[in-house]
Amino acid sequence: MRRLIFVLPLVAFAAVAAWFAVGLTRDPNLVPSALIDQPIPTFELPPLAGSGVPGLSDAAIKGKVALVNVFASWCVPCKAEHPVLMRLAEERRVPIYGINYKDAERDARAWLDTLGNPYAAIGHDLSGRVGIDWGVYGVPETFVVDRTGRIRHKHVGPITPQILRDEILPLIASLEK
Amino acid sequence: MIGRLAAFLRIALLVMPLVVAAPAGAVLPQEQLADPALEARARAISRELRCQVCQNQSIDDSNAPLAADLRRLVRERLLAGDSDDEIIRYLTARYGDYVLLRPPVRRDTMVLWYGPAIVLALGAAGLIAWFRRRRATPDSAPLTPDEERRLERLLDDRRPTP
Amino acid sequence: MIAEIGHFALLLALAVASVQAIVPLIGAARGDAQLMQLARPAAVAQFGFIATAFACLTWAFVVSDFTVAAVVANSHSAKPLLYKITGVWGNHEGSMVLWVLILALFGAAVALFGRNLPPALRARVLAVQGMIGVAFLAFIVFTSNPFLRVFPPPADGRDLNPLLQDPGLAFHPPLLYTGYVGFSVVFAFAVAALIEGRVDAAWARWVRPWTLAAWAALTLGIALGSWWAYYELGWGGWWFWDPVENASLMPWLIGAALLHSAVVVEKRDALKTWTILLAILAFSLSLVGTFLVRSGVLTSVHAFAVDPARGVFILAILVVAIGGSLTLYAVRAPALKTGGLFAPISREGGLVLNNLLLATATATVFLGTLYPLFLEVIGGAKVSVGPPFFNATFVPLMVPLVAAIAVGPMLAWKRGDLPGALARLWAAGVATAAAVLGTVWLTDGPAGALLGLGLAAWLGAGALVELAERIRLFRIPASESLHRAVNLPRAAWGMTVAHLGVAVVVTGITASSAWQTEHIQLVKPGETVEIAGHTLLFRGTERVDGPNYIARRGIFEVSRDREPVTTLYPAKRFYPVQGMVTTEAAIHTNLLADLYVVIGDPDNGGTPGGDPRVLLNAPAEAAWAVRLYYNPLVPWIWIGCVIMVLGGALSLTDRRHRVGAPGRARRPVAQPAMGD
Repeated sequence: MRRLIFVLPLVAFAAVAAWFAVGLTRDPNLVPSALIDQPIPTFELPPLAGSGVPGLSDAAIKGKVALVNVFASWCVPCKAEHPVLMRLAEERRVPIYGINYKDAERDARAWLDTLGNPYAAIGHDLSGRVGIDWGVYGVPETFVVDRTGRIRHKHVGPITPQILRDEILPLIASLEK
Repeated sequence: MIGRLAAFLRIALLVMPLVVAAPAGAVLPQEQLADPALEARARAISRELRCQVCQNQSIDDSNAPLAADLRRLVRERLLAGDSDDEIIRYLTARYGDYVLLRPPVRRDTMVLWYGPAIVLALGAAGLIAWFRRRRATPDSAPLTPDEERRLERLLDDRRPTP
Repeated sequence: MIAEIGHFALLLALAVASVQAIVPLIGAARGDAQLMQLARPAAVAQFGFIATAFACLTWAFVVSDFTVAAVVANSHSAKPLLYKITGVWGNHEGSMVLWVLILALFGAAVALFGRNLPPALRARVLAVQGMIGVAFLAFIVFTSNPFLRVFPPPADGRDLNPLLQDPGLAFHPPLLYTGYVGFSVVFAFAVAALIEGRVDAAWARWVRPWTLAAWAALTLGIALGSWWAYYELGWGGWWFWDPVENASLMPWLIGAALLHSAVVVEKRDALKTWTILLAILAFSLSLVGTFLVRSGVLTSVHAFAVDPARGVFILAILVVAIGGSLTLYAVRAPALKTGGLFAPISREGGLVLNNLLLATATATVFLGTLYPLFLEVIGGAKVSVGPPFFNATFVPLMVPLVAAIAVGPMLAWKRGDLPGALARLWAAGVATAAAVLGTVWLTDGPAGALLGLGLAAWLGAGALVELAERIRLFRIPASESLHRAVNLPRAAWGMTVAHLGVAVVVTGITASSAWQTEHIQLVKPGETVEIAGHTLLFRGTERVDGPNYIARRGIFEVSRDREPVTTLYPAKRFYPVQGMVTTEAAIHTNLLADLYVVIGDPDNGGTPGGDPRVLLNAPAEAAWAVRLYYNPLVPWIWIGCVIMVLGGALSLTDRRHRVGAPGRARRPVAQPAMGD
């Protein structure tokens, strides 16, 4: 009995080490969304003047499988993911809606003029309040919304071709069935 | 002290119209509410909320833009008459429990909240058991005179006979 | 060329450490004196090689050799010389070299100053040190080589993070590492004792100076980090329960417990297996801290740039070192002879209570820091554990501990008289009552303040009462008391001073938490703001150019009761190379309270978040946001830490430690009477 007590520290450490090992495979900065399977928030945002597309509201998104992408001209990774979004828009798979987050209109317009506009509609969220309703804490973030207007997936960070291929497109396919 | 604080807040309120048009400059004096009681509640609530982008700071301490937005949101909801709990729920509905610096007391955080007390209790129990076990072995009490005489006789018996 | 020499020196050190790790162990097992003797020159040689490597790296930084990748990533030609040097350890690779340098220094110290250690023990201790050296040198050589070259060399470096360009923070890592590495020596002693199968008073006496040195260095390192956070981060906070802060607090708590339980082993030959376990745990927690900081497993403001490969390597080191030592413990510890008995109410009992509370506190901090990770790994929700949790669980454990510190030394060894001890502490009781009543009368302070100040008074007065008892103050003539005081062993003085230091820290924490005042306001040039009886006249801002930064600083003339006190210059600095803006608070202290002033942003800013252009080009008549704090007794937090360290240093200089434990005197066996 007494010997068992002396083994306890080793057992406790083994458990802690196992946890650490698994922990190494995760990214502690990723915060899962609280809105998965929740309906998208009710909102209405004015259009981005001069972008050529209308403003955005929850009504406009509902009814079909869609992507909602939060972006800003001052965000460097947004620039990196932009070509991926452009290609996806050209394929006309799903509509891509944009929320322009805490951006000056002029800067956002210039950015889109230079890089191209993949968005079917853009809501200009200058104060960031609508972003808070979506649980946004950084840019870029991308949401996958199903036909009934529920958020099914949130991706934090830029969308790479690999993420598009492995995470987003399969999900869209299953939602479209 | 409260009087002084209120006086300065009144000055800040006067200055506010001059600057309210400015976008998220996150100037702290502007954010403050006129009512000191509400402002105190705002500060207390802010200290319980984690800034998601700044690694282990509360939104009260952080100067990140998101923190400033959330501070303003908390004050807006206070002005709208929400209770402290309602404001917390408003934010956890959007950001999840991760936004709370004080983990909620739930089934999956029982170990966390009761852990320290359990460790202390186990340690104390272990110590009591250890003390009891050691008392079972006789303590080295001094010998009585009678026992000493008996011991001497025993030792004498063992000496080699001349 | 210099970098290659440095790299080669590291490889040589690795080779020597490998020899040091294996050969003396074999020698100790076989009783082969020659093999055991090899440990000493090996340890000294290892230190020599690593010192060479460190010198080469420092040279590369000082001359701004931008063909070395580490220099490019962390330095700049315009950086002041002091920060070029301290920048050597301001990054992951360089800090690891500092780590092994201090490790090798301690190993060499054991080799050179441990002459009165039994040869087998010394050989084993140095062998374990060698093993640790091998582990970390391999880590450096294979995953974190500071001497990697970059070609073609860039024109200039990327500069050191401006937050690190600060005298306080420059010396924080060396002190911390001295603490962590000091515990490695104690760890080595524990493992050696387990291998030998013997723990006795002599062992405890050898271990004590190393534990004291490590703990004192760690105290200073943590205090320095806390003080830096206070004056640099801009809102007067000094402890945030950040995972990396907790990683340094846990070994500190266990180290304090170890200090006290080693006393019981030394004086009463008891608590041996527990003390061995603590010695293993102290260094294990240092290793866990290293893992947490450098592996990326937790988020923290402190974390170095992370790389999963490094995390795996460090985890492997943890598994071998901690798993190995705990396995050895599980196998060998039960065989250690149990020692002297004592009653629960006794000085030993007091030290056991101290250990129970410190160990529980450590477990609490461990649980809070790692719970989010644990929960997430088993598929649970993502929760965050912040200061509210720690304040609710850690502080209640400290209350009985601080109260007990005054009582413990008043109890006799083996069997103590608690009512008697409490009665003799009547003076401390009076002091406590006075403190509580005084606080109630003079302030409308919160209940927590009454508790904190009462505890501090109880402890401070109690420590003085214990000292008075030892020198029989008021019971014998004053000159005799003085004579006794002067001849008290230094360790006794060390204890009194260290415990007084704790009382000072508790006072500082209580007062600054309870009575901090804050004012936030917009102020235009020519206007005044007031706080805590001080009046500050804002004279506007001016631009100041530093060696590698441009600053805008406010000018505040401070006066009290119309008497001028000082002028404060809170500033915002823009470092162009890294593109970072830092806030430099202006602090005026009289060691009893701090007046703390920070400027924010000018109120006509157009873009969010401290745009440097706005800061530097704001017009002269702009109003600025200013935050003022008045922090009563906050300097006492760090002064108290320094007093604790002084107590530790006093104990270290106790002659008994230098001489080592007396050898077992050969007492003549009682001879039978002649003529039998």
